[in-house]
Amino acid sequence: MQKFLADAAEFIPILFQGVVLTIGLTIGSLVISTLLGLVWALMRVSGVWVLNGTAKLFVNFIRGIPIIVQLFYIYFVLPDLGITLTAMQAAIIGLGIAYSAYHSENFRAGIEAIDHGQIEAAQSIGMGWWMVMRRVILPQAIRIVLPPYGNIMIMMLKDSSQASTITVAELAMQGKLIASSTFKNTSVFTLVALMYLCMSLPLMALVTYLEKRFSSGQR
Amino acid sequence: MIQLQDVHKSFGSNHVLRGFSMAITKGEIVCIIGPSGSGKSTVLRCINGLESYEGGTIHVNGTLVDNKAKSIVAIRQNVSMVFQRFNLFPHRSVLDNVTEGPVFVKGEDVASAQRRGRELLARVGLSDKENAFPRELSGGQQQRVAIARALAMEPQAILFDEPTSALDPELVGEVLAVMRDLAKEGMTMIIVTHEIAFAREVADRVIFMDQGVIVEQGPARATLAHPSHPRTQDFLRRVTHPIESE
Repeated sequence: MQKFLADAAEFIPILFQGVVLTIGLTIGSLVISTLLGLVWALMRVSGVWVLNGTAKLFVNFIRGIPIIVQLFYIYFVLPDLGITLTAMQAAIIGLGIAYSAYHSENFRAGIEAIDHGQIEAAQSIGMGWWMVMRRVILPQAIRIVLPPYGNIMIMMLKDSSQASTITVAELAMQGKLIASSTFKNTSVFTLVALMYLCMSLPLMALVTYLEKRFSSGQR
Repeated sequence: MIQLQDVHKSFGSNHVLRGFSMAITKGEIVCIIGPSGSGKSTVLRCINGLESYEGGTIHVNGTLVDNKAKSIVAIRQNVSMVFQRFNLFPHRSVLDNVTEGPVFVKGEDVASAQRRGRELLARVGLSDKENAFPRELSGGQQQRVAIARALAMEPQAILFDEPTSALDPELVGEVLAVMRDLAKEGMTMIIVTHEIAFAREVADRVIFMDQGVIVEQGPARATLAHPSHPRTQDFLRRVTHPIESE
């Protein structure tokens, strides 16, 4: 134990650099995936055949390819096409696109759960499609969508470790680097695991809170 | 003001409207009665473009109703609708439900929309509920808010789709009272209803519909007292004496 604490004091500052990148990755890809996911979901419910079909195809395409392969593709293949990104940029975009598929299915389910009478009432006072979405459907769908959204957020935090495969020195990568140079596997990976837990446990508490808040009370 | 000419509408193989025609003049109050599945609600939903129709024409103030055209937005602002299940916006307060259309559709400034909203809530007897949320209200109160929401658009006509059918019996009266007031003020109204007594009292004209067509129509009092068509007679007997006709 004494030895572990000494190792911890030594390694935590280095690992912390990884934590910063992990958080940056997660937030960056969360923003991209949320916006993209909303676009797919709105295309799915637009009632326009072409938009719906395109979004459906794209979402299934993304869901059918492992995240790690998508990351390889963006980081190693796009440069051949003249698009060169830093590892961090590639990771944020890759994770963002990959997760937009999961967000989109969640958002679509939330939108479709709203009573059709709400759309008719909104239309009957002269609202167009976009205003119906913005003023009536989306504000109600948020309540349904938030708890699963929180869960996807936790998955993203953990999956950000896949960025290590394209050389982003986030937390998992930092751990691996330290471990392979010091051979202190136990101390290092215990610390890495604890640091992921420190980030995801508060998120889980947030999800539990959201589920409680939105399942009871408001119907 | 509202003209339907030989309107046809099908849901799949179910031919709901089979050449339906009627004309409503400004200030007229028309009640449409008839058995369920006869196409009454569909008529209303076609007038403000919630449903498309396959044949015939519908005109509101001379504009063809086409729910794929931009003109439908203007038509809907002129012809409001009150639904059987109220369809209030559950995430907004009573006052916000009423001002939603004026502020966000018509671009009225918030202060003036709220002032008018409060007047309308007073008119339907709900001044004390402006900050309540729909789920906190009874069905009758919710339907009165829905009527205020429809009125807030300053429509030329209001379509009522079975406005009291989802209400507990003791709450029907308060909604009918509000509608009666509107009738007195000269609002153009098309009402799909099973409230025969109300139709007799308030309507200028009653239309009896069955299987997608008008079976019989005429002045409310006379037609309801002495229906000439056997199907009308049978229907009225059933709704006014539900137990004996079993």
